[in-house]
Amino acid sequence: MLDDTDRRLLRNLLADAAVATATLAERAGVTTATCWRRLERLRAAGVIQGEEAVIDWRQLGYEVEVSLRFTLDKTHPRSFDEFIAAARNVPEVIGIETFLGRVDVRLNVIARDMRHYQEVYRDRILSLPHIADIEALMLVATIKDEGALPV
Amino acid sequence: MIDLDDTDRALLRALSRDAGQSAGALGRALGLSQPATWRRVRRLEDARVLAGRRIVVDREALGFGVTVFLGIKLATKGRVSLEDFERAVTAIPEVQVVQHVLGLFDYRLRVVARDLADFERVLRRRIMTLPAVGQVEANVLLSEERRPGPLG
Repeated sequence: MLDDTDRRLLRNLLADAAVATATLAERAGVTTATCWRRLERLRAAGVIQGEEAVIDWRQLGYEVEVSLRFTLDKTHPRSFDEFIAAARNVPEVIGIETFLGRVDVRLNVIARDMRHYQEVYRDRILSLPHIADIEALMLVATIKDEGALPV
Repeated sequence: MIDLDDTDRALLRALSRDAGQSAGALGRALGLSQPATWRRVRRLEDARVLAGRRIVVDREALGFGVTVFLGIKLATKGRVSLEDFERAVTAIPEVQVVQHVLGLFDYRLRVVARDLADFERVLRRRIMTLPAVGQVEANVLLSEERRPGPLG
């Protein structure tokens, strides 16, 4: 079970994963040794599963990001599996999410510019299997993006 | 814009899977010395390609069993209503992501909640009371997967 110290550590770490252990300990009001021990325990318990790098695709020349929302043809029993397996082979897809709701699957697609996006959309997205409907939301700006949880 | 070679791309792929690795371990996997790995990581950070790192947690173990994506259409538009909406929505602790989008909706939100009852509370008390909020569509997240993208 998590106590208040664990929660304070996680809150700080979720807000800033690159923080040094000594600084983290100070912010959470514990000694560095306690901080180490607690983090080890949270990792061992699987509460902290790992650490991943955030890549800024714009800095690599990918100026366009589109959220494509799919409704799939559910008369095929394997439509989800086949759609997702095919989507994994599209290099411009940086995220795949499945949902309960009006949307079945969402793909996060990046492209260098609108011309490139049109190419990806026509050649690689429209050829994915079992699509019943597609809606596109084009990203204008990210106002907030935090891994923070109100723990 | 920064030019990447194959080694940089392999480095980015490795880091997007596991950013907790030491420069030594990364280097061994890629056939680079530790200082050479460190220099490459530094260069990617300086170019802002590596924009930061993030811990991955078991949200359910922390008591957040439900993640919902909301599409929101504003009822009234204008510079003031956008600013008021953005200020209010970013202040909600359960809202992790706010994106301004073009299309069927004006904004896309990622919301975490303890369970569906808690989500209903967030939706009614915090989201529906936001300034200028109009139509709202909710989709409950079942699974998510990050892909390496065009690095391979």
